[in-house]
Amino acid sequence: MDFIQDGFIQALALLLNGDAATYSAISTTLRASGLAMAASLLLGIPLGYLLGYFDFRLKRQIRIIVDTLLSLPTVFIGLVIYALLTRNGPLGEAGLLFTIPGIAIGQAILALPIIIALTATAVEAADHNLRITLVSLGANRKQIAVSTLWEVRLGILAAAVTATGRVLTEVGISLMVGGNIKWHTRTITTAIALETSKGEFGMGIALGLVLLLIALTVNISLAGLRRRI
Amino acid sequence: MDRKVKLIKIVSLLVFSITVLSAANFFAAQDSNAAAEEETLLMATTTSTDNTGLLDYLMPFFTEKTGIDMRWISTGTGKALKLGQNCDVDVLLVHAPQAEIAFVDKGFGIERREIMYNDFVLIGPAEDPAGIRGKNVAEALQAIRSSQNIFVSRGDESGTHKMEQALWNSANVTTPEQEHWYRQSGQGMLATINVAGELKGYTLTDRGTYIKYESSAEGKPPLVILVQGDAVLLNQYSIILVEPKHCPSVEYDKAKKLSDWLAGDEAQRLIGEFKLLGKQLFTPNASR
Repeated sequence: MDFIQDGFIQALALLLNGDAATYSAISTTLRASGLAMAASLLLGIPLGYLLGYFDFRLKRQIRIIVDTLLSLPTVFIGLVIYALLTRNGPLGEAGLLFTIPGIAIGQAILALPIIIALTATAVEAADHNLRITLVSLGANRKQIAVSTLWEVRLGILAAAVTATGRVLTEVGISLMVGGNIKWHTRTITTAIALETSKGEFGMGIALGLVLLLIALTVNISLAGLRRRI
Repeated sequence: MDRKVKLIKIVSLLVFSITVLSAANFFAAQDSNAAAEEETLLMATTTSTDNTGLLDYLMPFFTEKTGIDMRWISTGTGKALKLGQNCDVDVLLVHAPQAEIAFVDKGFGIERREIMYNDFVLIGPAEDPAGIRGKNVAEALQAIRSSQNIFVSRGDESGTHKMEQALWNSANVTTPEQEHWYRQSGQGMLATINVAGELKGYTLTDRGTYIKYESSAEGKPPLVILVQGDAVLLNQYSIILVEPKHCPSVEYDKAKKLSDWLAGDEAQRLIGEFKLLGKQLFTPNASR
């Protein structure tokens, strides 16, 4: 079990010595996840809000579908996106296979159901008493909608935190759509998979710790945001 | 209402900055892709060439000479051929001769050219319960089968797995599948050796991976080489260009340059000089 200890030492060495390959993987990871999170938040928050706030036909069925999509395996998403982006596929002309935006598309599909489901749940949970209180205070529809959005801010933040965790740590999409190309589409997780298959367990542990450090940084910033709002 | 205004400000600022950052990233990536289109060559290859460090050692020489930036995806031979068939890569460096010939026959690839070889070895526990030490491959496999000792297979359609299947065939033994002693790991070579070590079983591996395994065990590996040197154990690596008639988007000219360079004197010498832990791994054998 020496390699766990080695991993800690190597992780520090990689970060402090500015190992170029590690920083390239960190940058790829952040770029892909950043793009994916931006897209999924922009799409997911309004959709989740609509799904939680309004009553309409098929609402329960749609909710079941969204909840089912929470179980989408990343390897499966990777395979489907590959099928779309391959040269002979329907979107082959875009040349997105083995690129960071290509990975981001897959990761956005991974994150979207999480954002929608958790936002909808937060809206539904807040709705009950809030709407009655607001109506009794004489609020109009627009005021009720805005107040609900305000009340569920922490729920949306929790959705973002959860989805970021999933996106940062997935390996199936990055491997299949990104191709794990050194200096270009190698993310931290695909690098861990590679080092493990090479038997470099210490290096794999080191990269895992680097990823945890990034997650820690992201969550500290989000915790700061939570306190301020 | 004051706090709501503040919230809306913070959130819009956040979304705005994320969007700007992502857009910048996106266009930066597009730019580098556009620039890259003139200069890069995408190759699909097998894990053995990448994991041993051969490509990291060899390709900078090619880039220096031609200015072509090499990118490669290392995966099992099965997937590498599929990537070529789907026009997602320009060139292949793989080791499964029969599958390669079928690939060329189907019109997906052209100009298959042998570049180098390494060899496979049969490894197993030092006490050798099936008694295969020093036998030829066919006898060894028959002995494993009749003694029903555990044999761990890659089971992943990799070049090594295809080689193993061919060896069972040439030993006049039907390839085992559900026999209780035959275990398919479905994992990479090193992981598979470790499984065999834990189970005290036999397995087939390329020599390079075994050297790495041996060195990490600090001189006392649970599994040792029992059968080697049989001519059928040679593992031929070839380069294949993806057929431009099948895939008009491929970089045929650059792929051709790579093929010529790999078969040329400089690369052949470099391949022969490449060592892992002091041992030569690949023997160059391009015929020009």
